[in-house]
Amino acid sequence: MSVDVQMPALSPTMEEGALIKWMVKEGDEVRSGDILAEIETDKATMEVEAVDEGIVGKILVAAGSQNVAVGTVILQLLEDGEGADVLKTPAKQVAAAANVTPEPAPAPNPAAPPVAPQPPAQELDIPAGTKMVEISVRDALRDAMAEEMRRDERVFIMGEEVAQYQGAYKVTRELLAEFGDKRVIDTPITEHGFAGIGVGAAMGGLRPIVEFMTWNFAMQAIDQIINSAAKTLYMSGGQMRCPIVFRGPNGAASRVGAQHSHDYSSWYANVPGLKVVAPYDAADAKGLLKAAIRDPNPIVFLEHEMMYGEVMDIPDIEDYIVPIGKALVRRVGTDVTITAHSRMVGRALEAASELEKEGISAEVIDLRTLRPLDSATIIASVKKTNRIVCAEEGWGQSGIGAEIAARVMEQAFDYLDAPPARVFQKDVPLPYAGNLEALSLPNARDVVAAVKEVCYVK
Amino acid sequence: MVKTSGKLKSSKAELLRLYKQMLLIRRFEEKAGQLYGMGFIAGFCHLYIGQEAVVVGIRGAMKDGDQMITSYRDHGHMLACDMEPRGVMAELTGRRDGYSRGKGGSMHMFSVEKNFYGGHGIVGAQVPIGAGLSLANKYLGNGAISIVFFGDGAANQGQVYETFNMAKLWSLPTLFVIENNQYAMGTSIKRASAQTELYKRGISFGIKGVQVDGMNVLAVQEAALKAAKHVRSGKGPLILEMMTYRYRGHSMSDPAKYRTREEVNEVREDHDPIDRVKNRLLDEKWAGLEDLKAIDKEIKAVVNDASDFAKASPEPDPSELYTDVLLEVET
Ligand SMILES: Cc1ncc(C[n+]2csc(CCOP(=O)(O)OP(=O)(O)O)c2C)c(N)n1
Ligand SMILES: [Mg+2]
Repeated sequence: MSVDVQMPALSPTMEEGALIKWMVKEGDEVRSGDILAEIETDKATMEVEAVDEGIVGKILVAAGSQNVAVGTVILQLLEDGEGADVLKTPAKQVAAAANVTPEPAPAPNPAAPPVAPQPPAQELDIPAGTKMVEISVRDALRDAMAEEMRRDERVFIMGEEVAQYQGAYKVTRELLAEFGDKRVIDTPITEHGFAGIGVGAAMGGLRPIVEFMTWNFAMQAIDQIINSAAKTLYMSGGQMRCPIVFRGPNGAASRVGAQHSHDYSSWYANVPGLKVVAPYDAADAKGLLKAAIRDPNPIVFLEHEMMYGEVMDIPDIEDYIVPIGKALVRRVGTDVTITAHSRMVGRALEAASELEKEGISAEVIDLRTLRPLDSATIIASVKKTNRIVCAEEGWGQSGIGAEIAARVMEQAFDYLDAPPARVFQKDVPLPYAGNLEALSLPNARDVVAAVKEVCYVK
Repeated sequence: MVKTSGKLKSSKAELLRLYKQMLLIRRFEEKAGQLYGMGFIAGFCHLYIGQEAVVVGIRGAMKDGDQMITSYRDHGHMLACDMEPRGVMAELTGRRDGYSRGKGGSMHMFSVEKNFYGGHGIVGAQVPIGAGLSLANKYLGNGAISIVFFGDGAANQGQVYETFNMAKLWSLPTLFVIENNQYAMGTSIKRASAQTELYKRGISFGIKGVQVDGMNVLAVQEAALKAAKHVRSGKGPLILEMMTYRYRGHSMSDPAKYRTREEVNEVREDHDPIDRVKNRLLDEKWAGLEDLKAIDKEIKAVVNDASDFAKASPEPDPSELYTDVLLEVET
């Protein structure tokens, strides 16, 4: 019996990778532990080790191949005494076990790219005929920081693994090489301390970007973010300045359990003295981060790990800035308003496409900024559609959707044809098991269901 | 308590300057205590009486551009930084002419102009912020150092050690001054600290520490001059542990059950930092009783003026409620 060696997953979020180099050739004898190949993802380079012993029968994926899906058979090993004639083409290229957990129902795949690039319904504030280029959200964020660091000597970045390691999620890739270790600073694992040092540096005249490896770890630093950064301007009667950006991935990644999956949107959005930004696409990631770095106030910038690898269009404009505080109507519709932010925008857009097939025209608003919240755009939309579904990935209680629903009740009550509906994460710590996790997180199907509810459609 | 024996070198002019600064703080705090009792000052109000030598001695080692940052027990530090007694007192009364326009109160005052960076109400939070000021100084190459004050209670906070580590790792020009007044609210240092010699708290980071008689302003100043020189030369941070004592309660509402009246009186009578300088001035014949009376009168006048001003200043305009939350983005 020959043994199939598959493309392994190196991280919870990896779906594909590149096969850089084979370390063995057909006919070689291998023992378990021998290195077979070198593979690479956008985050890491890893060696694939043999688990079984045998003779390299057939190499199925050539060195240098890009985008090899996790689970693809890359090599077949022969047991002692077998000849190459026993090799069959693998029946099917099965998905790796880590990724087989299906959604509870045939929902649109959450990992799928966020709907075929949809032309933004609302005019972006860019000149007509602007060329668009493709970039990953990760690189868009990186470029935003690099551009602002070139523009302003006072801007620097600090955080865990931001320099030599190139960023835990590679968002700060190559910044060390360009800007040196004075401006790209690796910190010890000391969230509370380095957040405070960042605040002090901002008060002392610099413009720090403080990266949290993920926002989960910023709970150790939340005192400095809220009590020191957010409140000091007010408490000093307008004297003190704290221009600082706290940034990093927020919310659920994939299969990392409850402590690494927390969505802090509503926590920070609750606090006057902060601005809270949560971009969805690459263009906003870049434009909003540049705006955040230039802003004279403390900014909480919530990214999404699952979006980092998404490649999307971005206007090819020098110094592309998106103003903080303005929502974007990503899809125009007449029957219902859907609000969302960060990755949930993709789900909302998917839902809108589904609904269109059923004759329901949904307007999708990407909130982009959670504080200050662009109520005007939401209220204007609700006055037109008379119905609203507020979708978010975090929990419902005291959430962003709860806030929007309250504002709609206060400011557009007479326009409503149905009570506002909310879509959010189930009210439990995020479970690890794939099926439970999928049950817990809101998806496009949930948005579709909520829309049908407010439209009184079965 | 660490005591300094023998006379430290000084001069008439210097000693008179230190005396006046300490006395201003003492009288100012006494007045603040009165105003609190009369209902002009509300909320939390932490007096610095007894600890005056610490901030005044440290101030003597500061150069233009050096920054100071401390906890909520901050009135003395502000006066030492030459902030206006009027503005400080008016903030205590919550009025529009206060340093924070009435929106900060006793624990939250700042003066960027005078390089005083607060005034922080969360125990220990000022420590990394102070090191961050140093990081900025080093980054900008402006030659300034920052001086970070915190208490014996704060010395048990984790963020202090996170900061020690980074300050040493990055050779930040930071002078840490621990004001060990023996108590954190009602908890004596012995009941809270496994290791009560706080100047040793930097050892595992390779930060040198020195224990100083914080009731002797000349000893404080001497230690501060040495320490500041070290820090300024780029050799990284240093710790000064100031052995000191507060005479009054932790804040205005203090049950005072955790220590005896005798203990307080003993320090007051035998170790008072102001009396000590006063006696030296008289001994050296650098001042007579009449001179000292005149100084006291002068200082009382300043403090009374601040008090009158703080009582007369109007409350903030209601429109101030919504100002200073965010800065406008310049376009
Ligand atoms: C994080 C935090 N915990 C508790 C308090 C309440 N509190 C205020 S002052 C204080 C004692 C601090 O003592 P110490 O650091 O010795 O300073 P001192 O008051 O003696 O100047 C406490 C517990 C606080 N303000 N912040
Ligand atoms: Mg104390």
